[in-house]
Formats: sequence, structure tokens, C-alpha cells
Amino acid sequence: MTIAEIQEEIVDEFSMFEDWMQRYEYMIELGKALPLIEEEYKTEDNIIKGCQSKVWVHAELQNDKLVFTADSDAIITKGIIAILIRTFSHQKPQDILDADTEFIDEIGLREHLSPTRANGLVSMIKQLKLYAVAYQTQLN
Amino acid sequence: MIEIAFNIATIRKDFPILNRKVNGHPLIYLDNAATSQTPQQVIDVIVAYYQNYNANIHRGVHALSQEATDAYEAARVKIQEHFNIAKPHEVIFTSGTTHGINLVANGFTSLLRPGDEVLVSAMEHHSNIVPWQMLCERTGAVLRVIPMNEEGELVMEQFHNMLSNTVKLVFCNHVSNALGTVNPIKEIIDASHSAGASVLVDGAQAAPHIKADLQSLDVDFYTVSAHKICGPTGIGMLYGKEEWLKKLPPYQGGGEMIAEVTFEKTTYADLPHKFEAGTPNVCGGIAFGAALDYMNGIGFDQIVAYENELLEYATSELLKIEGLKIYGTAREKTAVISFNIKGIHPYDIGTILDKLGIAVRTGHHCAQPIMDFYQIPGTVRASFSFYNTREEVDKLVAAVRKAKDMLL
Repeated sequence: MTIAEIQEEIVDEFSMFEDWMQRYEYMIELGKALPLIEEEYKTEDNIIKGCQSKVWVHAELQNDKLVFTADSDAIITKGIIAILIRTFSHQKPQDILDADTEFIDEIGLREHLSPTRANGLVSMIKQLKLYAVAYQTQLN
Repeated sequence: MIEIAFNIATIRKDFPILNRKVNGHPLIYLDNAATSQTPQQVIDVIVAYYQNYNANIHRGVHALSQEATDAYEAARVKIQEHFNIAKPHEVIFTSGTTHGINLVANGFTSLLRPGDEVLVSAMEHHSNIVPWQMLCERTGAVLRVIPMNEEGELVMEQFHNMLSNTVKLVFCNHVSNALGTVNPIKEIIDASHSAGASVLVDGAQAAPHIKADLQSLDVDFYTVSAHKICGPTGIGMLYGKEEWLKKLPPYQGGGEMIAEVTFEKTTYADLPHKFEAGTPNVCGGIAFGAALDYMNGIGFDQIVAYENELLEYATSELLKIEGLKIYGTAREKTAVISFNIKGIHPYDIGTILDKLGIAVRTGHHCAQPIMDFYQIPGTVRASFSFYNTREEVDKLVAAVRKAKDMLL
């Protein structure tokens, strides 16, 4: 699936919910189901700065695609990173760089998009894209 | 008596912001330790200033300037009287507590020598740690920490043992922002003075709850921010004993703080202007005075009695939630409850509470050493003011239960 198709799928899933509580409960569920990062990658270097909770992200290239794993000590943050990883993992670096993140607004999480928001969704997106830049350079 | 004088419904009408909704719910504002809300009476003073007599002060020959100057200086006197300060020029207007602390820390650069000791308490706000660390780096003085115990109280025995003739300065907050602990500052001041050390007390968190009598405390420096006591942001005051303010060099150069300027030499203005470079926050200063009028109109005895009742009620209701732990259980504390629920990150609880219209603070509260002490990433902090109600406490408790159900 392309990034756009996955995002569409996520928007569809979230459109079933009637209120914020259901959306958050689903996000918490996604957070709990997040495939965990290997303990060895939960290092200071892999912590995303700008989040009130700790978020670790690890990226590695498998064939020509980037695979992300992550974890957080806060469950809502974990849900958010789970959504991002579902979107961006197993995609080509260039596709990750070209992708937009408008769908976050569409699934009712716009409040998390503010750059001053303490959970740092913006920082997370930036970090994932930075990995994509780095690996794209490597591929070239 | 208190019931009659303290009509919560009337008081709440003074705060227009309390009528608004957040995320579809009536706002429940429990982040008062970060900043307090502003009553209409203070908002009116701010509006009146800009509508009627906005002017630069202390130098104009025109009527507006004179009116603004008079109002600004009258506010200084209000602050002086409120804190029982001996002389109005011992009140320095600052942009807030942090500014006041930096002003003093900067001033001590030429007064400390390598090997001198500076003591800070273990429960300081970063604003009362970092300026002293920088001072120590500049001077070669040594920063030492007065430890605290599990309840969030300073270990006074150790403090007394740390005092010696090499200790030159002691810094402590009157009330801890993260825990609400009221520190025994009179004991700290007296003991420090006996050892020959001077004391700066950060009064930012105390000011909304305690009317400090600075002459009887005999403190050397005391700092406050207006926005914690129903005033606007960007204005505060530094109290310094006259002898100290004369001894310390100016902090910033510029207009207002000079007596005479030539390219060879500048002589400085008298107190308080020596420390008030540039055009001050005139409106803020006047509104600061109005905020003190407002709080004194209600009365600090009434405020404290009511807040203590709220604190006691909220503490006992929150503790009924299984797995909830309160950090900071000092015998003497203000209406602040810092807590966590086992297995849940404070940020998650704060996010759910926000969705329910409840404003609390989460995180380390700019006091990371305290969080390190308890080995936690942060806490949820609910801080109460005299305009909060028991019903709001009930809603907080219900919301925390809801958050717990969702998150665990």
C-alpha cells in the first residue's frame, strides 16, 4: 500500500467514532499494539527531543525500504507514534519525504499538530523525515 | 464569619474567563500555580490606563505623563505596604521573579570569591538554580544543596550543619511550586544571618497564599511575580534591603537608571531607578497594585482558610482513587496537589483532563531535581485558588477516575 492509501484507511477507521473519547480509546489501543523497539535501541540518542514524554524511534533500511520501530513511556504518545509508523514504515525514503501529514487533522488530532504542543507530534514527524533524508542520501 | 465574608459565587463573577468553555466543557482552571486568572477589577485598570493616561513616566512635563507617574509610584507604595517593607525605594519593579533573581545573582559577581559557598534548597524552581550556577561559574564559588526528605520538607538539621563562615548566600523558595511545601524561611533567615550569610527568598508561589511581612522576616531579598496574584504577566517586584541595593551594581544600563551621562563616565540614579533601566512596564506596575488591592479586599485570612479547606477535601477525595500517590505531603503546604497514578504517565492524564475542560499542569514543573529525587518523569499538578469550588474538585476527581479507566 502507498502512504496515501494507508492514510486513507486510517481516516476511514477514525470516521467511525462519534466522539473524542472513542478516538482516544482507539489511539490508546493502537499504542498498546505498537510493535516494540528492541531494548538496545532505547538509547539517549534515539529519544526525540521536544516531547514531554519519552519517545524512542529506531530506523533501519530493509532492501530499499525504511522500517521504523518505536516506544514511548506515555500511552497516548505511543498511539500517535503508532499511527505515524503505520503510515511511514516499510516505505521508500523518497516517498516518506514526499508525503504530507494532513490526515492527522482529518482524524481529529489537529490539536496535537501545534508546534508548541508538549507531546511533540511535529517533532516526531520531523524525526521520521530526517531518517528518510539520511537513508535517501545513503541510497543515492 | 468566614462564610459571610467569603461568597464564592460573587467572587467567581469577578473572573470573566471562568465562564468560558474548553473542549465543550465549562473551564475548570486548576493551574493557578503557573498563573492565576485576572479579575475584572484588574482588567478595568489595564483598559483605563491605555484609554486615559498611557504615557512614558518620570520625565514628561505634560499631564498624562504626570498621571501615569503618580499611578505607577502609588503602586510601588501599595506593594511596599502589602509586604510591610520599610521604604518604597526598596521595591524594585522587575519583569517577574526570574528577573529579580538574575538581578541579584549578577550583582554578587564582584562580591564572591573562589571557595565561597552558596546554598540552594533541593526543591527550587530552575529559575532559582540556574542563575546561581552561573554565578558560581563566574566567581569560583561552590553551589551546595540543602537536602529534602520523602515528604518534601527540607532537612533542617543538615541545613544547620552546612552553615559556616564560608557560606555567603542562601537561596530558598518560600513555597515550592512543584510540591506546595511551605518552607521554614524564618528559621533559615535567622540561622543564615548568624553564620554571616545573606538570604534571597523566592516568593513567587507564596505570594498568592501568604502575606509575607518582610521586615519581621528580616530577609535580604524577596521576589514576586504579579501574574501569580491576579495581576498581569511581565511585571514583578524585587525587594532588597536598602544597604544591599546600594551595594549591588546596576544590572542593566540604559534610560531611567542614570544620573548623568558623558562618554567618559556615567553616574547612576538613586534607588529604585538604578535598577529600572529603560521604559518600565507602567501599565503592569499599576495593575500589580490593583491586583493587591483586589486580593486584600477579599482578605488573605479568608483566602487561606478557604483554600486549605479545598486542599483538604481534594486530598482526601483523590486519595480514594486506588494507585494514586501524592508527592509533597509536608505538614505545612499550600493548595497544590502533585500526583501520579501507578502505571500511568502524567502526560496521559493531563491530556484526558484537558479534553474534559480541566486545566492542570503535567511534567517536571521546572523542578527536575525534585523529580529525580522521587525517580519519576513528572507529576500531574492541580493547584487551587480561592475562586475554585468543591464542585470543581468533584469534577476533577471524576475526570481522574475516567482517565485512569481509559489509560490502564
